[in-house]
Parts: sequence; structure tokens; C-alpha cells
Amino acid sequence: MSDAPVLRMESVRKTFGGSVVLRDVDLEVAPHTVTALIGASGSGKSTLLRCANLLEDIDDGAIWLDGEEITDPRVDQDGVRRRIGVVFQAYNLFPHMTVLENITLAPRRVHGVSRTEAEARARELLERLGLADKAGEYPDRLSGGQQQRVAIVRALAVRPRLLLLDEITAALDPELVGEVLTVVRDLKEDGMTMVLATHEMGFARDVADQVCFLDGGVVLEHGTAEQIFGDPQQERTQQFLRRIVEAGRL
Amino acid sequence: MTVTKAESGHGGSDDNGDMPGASGDGYVPSQRRLDRERYKRARARRATAIAALSTLVTAVVLYLVVVNAPGWPRTKETFFDWQYAREAFPKVLEGLWLNVRLLLICGVAVLVLGMLIAVARTLRGPVFFPLRALAAAYTDFFRGLPLIINLMIVVLGVPALRLQGVTVDPVLLGGTALTLTYSAYVAEVFRAGIESVHPSQRAAARSLGLTNRQALRHVVLPQAVRRQVPPLLNDLVSLQKDTGLVSIGGAVDAVRAADIIVGRSLNYTPYIVAGLVFVALTIPMTRLTDWVTARMDRRRAQGGAL
Repeated sequence: MSDAPVLRMESVRKTFGGSVVLRDVDLEVAPHTVTALIGASGSGKSTLLRCANLLEDIDDGAIWLDGEEITDPRVDQDGVRRRIGVVFQAYNLFPHMTVLENITLAPRRVHGVSRTEAEARARELLERLGLADKAGEYPDRLSGGQQQRVAIVRALAVRPRLLLLDEITAALDPELVGEVLTVVRDLKEDGMTMVLATHEMGFARDVADQVCFLDGGVVLEHGTAEQIFGDPQQERTQQFLRRIVEAGRL
Repeated sequence: MTVTKAESGHGGSDDNGDMPGASGDGYVPSQRRLDRERYKRARARRATAIAALSTLVTAVVLYLVVVNAPGWPRTKETFFDWQYAREAFPKVLEGLWLNVRLLLICGVAVLVLGMLIAVARTLRGPVFFPLRALAAAYTDFFRGLPLIINLMIVVLGVPALRLQGVTVDPVLLGGTALTLTYSAYVAEVFRAGIESVHPSQRAAARSLGLTNRQALRHVVLPQAVRRQVPPLLNDLVSLQKDTGLVSIGGAVDAVRAADIIVGRSLNYTPYIVAGLVFVALTIPMTRLTDWVTARMDRRRAQGGAL
């Protein structure tokens, strides 16, 4: 496979009402790499991910997925979303469906996979994530960590080209964070291309190939994890990391 | 044992679960617990006694007020005549069968039409503008139009047109009028349900690549319908009694059956009979509504997302 970026953003601008949420954002995500977006709440991390998945329309700039400009209004948006998996902070599982139905919905309805095949793949993924016995349960019978792992399986079931993870551990009790992060580590081993917004700095440092520090809707600084965490150049980045260390989160 | 919030406030000794010996750890209830439970039992007995007494007093007062009313002897004769009640009952029951059939058929038609209108109102895109506008106009109009006027227009007005091939059957026309009005109500119930599903559910569906229509069909509507079961049942109870209004077109339902006897005898007892029969028919439906509502509330209280 070539090293052409899976995802590329150029001069992306996004406003809500009068406030600018993303300003001149450039980003390149190489295949089989993990990009961590860090920064304070409200710095634009989640919005950036939502724009990449076309859940939000951008005001200016352009986004490419595998070299195709997806912000072109003539592009089939549903087709683009089919190639991108998303995991949300609040899991967003469908409460009226069992775990298995949650996972097989998109493969069956969108990708036309047969029921047998979709369920086999779902069970295989559940097995891998240690959830084999939960296939028939409804989401409200699962712990937060289990729900989030199911949400990851649901996103993986359609074999996405790119996985977007939006603060997927932020709603979890501390003792459940580990089980979810382990899954992300395993996915990296498998070569999944991922972009994740996170407050877990230790995790970002361990797993990310590229770290972007967002501040006020701007990518203030980006580089390898060693560069950003070891030798941040911008004063704002230094401040942010200092506060994180003081809070005991790094 | 699950103790819901509502129950835990006045829990008697029987829902504590931890009975002596049951846990096998040699637990013996303390004096404090025994005192507390004795006091609670005494309080419960007192509450029951007060309720019984107050009910009795109310009933006696109401009885005396009615019986001592100046017109009571005459009212008793014209509204509560046992002889006429016995004569009317079988006829009214026969008529009621028509009400039941109307309820079943109109109920299904109302649910289908209501759902179509609700979905039409949520469609996006410029192509659907006329459909959206039409659906909105429909609900505005038929929710505002009094049912009795709607019935008169349809049941009496349509036959007056003398159109070829259009029915003049008062039952069919009455059913149509009921369906028109109730679809507007039910459409609003469905629409409220659709709007109550959190946008993140739609976002999750769209992020999986589902089209807008697929997201509606597989994710939004099933949740919306489940949530709206109690208000829907409520509207069905209401429809059930309003089927009595088709009598204005001359269809022989329970009300009309009573009407016929009243017209002949000038005694109003058959109306009382018809009224009670409707109440008797409605009560099981109301209890079912309460039961379903309570069950769903309990699920929600247990932390279910539904």
C-alpha cells in the first residue's frame, strides 16, 4: 500500500453561529498510523472529527479521504461515511437492539452482507474483544466499558478505512478505561489507521505516532509524541501539559 | 428484590427481604427493628381505617344530596327504570359490536395514516416540500375541527353530493370521519416520539453509512414508537368511546340502539345503560395503558435508555 495520506485536511474552517471553532486546520494522517488530538475542552477536537466524517459541513478549506475530495458537494456523503468508522464518547449504541443487532445493522443494510456472514464476523470480533457472551444482551445490561467496546466492534464491523475515536474513555469510570484502551492498542498492532481525540495523555504518548495540540480551534503544534510531550515549542502547549501533570494525569 | 423509588418511601415490613434465618448467618432482628415495624403496621392500619371512614361519609353525603333533590322521584323514573334497562341491555350490546368493529378497523387505519403523516412531516429535501406542507396543513385542520362537525360534514354532506360510486353507508362514512380526525392526533404523537429520540442516535446511524431513510426506519422509528405506546393507547381509549358518535348518521351502534328505545318510550334509562357499557369497555383498555406505562417507567428507573 502506498504512503499517500488516508486523511488530509487543508485550511479547514468551521464556525457555529458567530464563533470560530476550527481555524485554518491542516492535518495529514498516513496509513497505519495513530494521530492523537489533544487540547482543552472546547479546543475543537470533537468538531474536527465530526467534520472529517461529514457529520458537520465545513465553511472553508477541503478534506480528502484516500485522495478523493469528500468536501465536494457532489460527493455521495453516505458513501464516504461507509468508509469511516466512528466511536463516540457516549457510545451511542441503539438501545432497542441487542449487541449483535447493533453490530450487524450496517453490514446488512448498508453493505448488503448476508445475515449469516454478518453475524459470523460480529461474533468473531466480539470474541476478540472478550465480549462473546454478550451478543444477545441489550446495551443497558452492559457496563460502560463493555458498551464502549461494543461500539468499537460496531464501527469495525464494516471494515472501515479510517477509525475516528472521540474521547471514547471520557464517560467511563477510571477502572474501566484500561479495557477500552487495550482494544485501541490492539487495533494499532493490526495496522488500523486512527484519529483520536483524548484526555488520556499517558495513552496518547504511548500509542500515537503523531500528536496535534489544538488550542482555540487552531492546530498550534504537531509532531511525534516525543516532540510534543518531551519538548513542546509553544508556550500554550507547555502550559497545557504542565496543568495536566499537576492534575496527576501524566 | 428491586425496590423502586416510589415504593421505598412507605415500605412495610414485608419488603425488607432480610427475614430472620433467611440469610443463614444467625441474624436475629434487633428490638429497634421490631419496634419500628410495629409502629409502621399501626400507622398503616390507621390509614386504612381513615380511608374507609372518609369513603363512607362521602358516599352517604352524595346519596343524601341526590335523593333529597326536589326532582329526584321524577329523575329516578326517567333515568333509572329497571324495566327499561332490562329491555335496552341486549339491544345496546348488539349495537356495541358495531362500535368494537369500528374501533378495530379505525384503530389500525389511524395508526397507519398517523405514522405516514408524521414521517412526511420529518422528510427533508426540497422535493418533499409539498408533502411536508400538506401533512402540516392536515394535522392543523383536523386537530382543530370539532369531531362532531367533521362527522356531520362527512356523513351527511358526502351523500348529499350524490356522487356515482361513492358510498352513502353511514358506518363507512362515520369510520372515515373518525379516522380523519384521529390520524391527526396520532400523527402528532408519533412526531413527538420521533423528535424525542436524541440526535446522537441519528448521528451514530449516519456515521455507520446508513442513509437518512435507513436511519429513520431502523433506528429512530422503533425507539419513537416504543416511547409513545402510552399516549397512543390513550388516544385509542378516546377513539373507542367516540365511535358512539357515528350514531348521528343513523348507524345502529350502542348509542343509536338506546336512542331507538328512548324515542319510543320517552324514558332515558337506555342512555344510562349505553353509557355504562362504554365505560365497562374502556376500563380494561385504561388499565392496560396504566400497566404498560408503569412497566416502561420502571424500565427507565432501572437505568434503561428507553
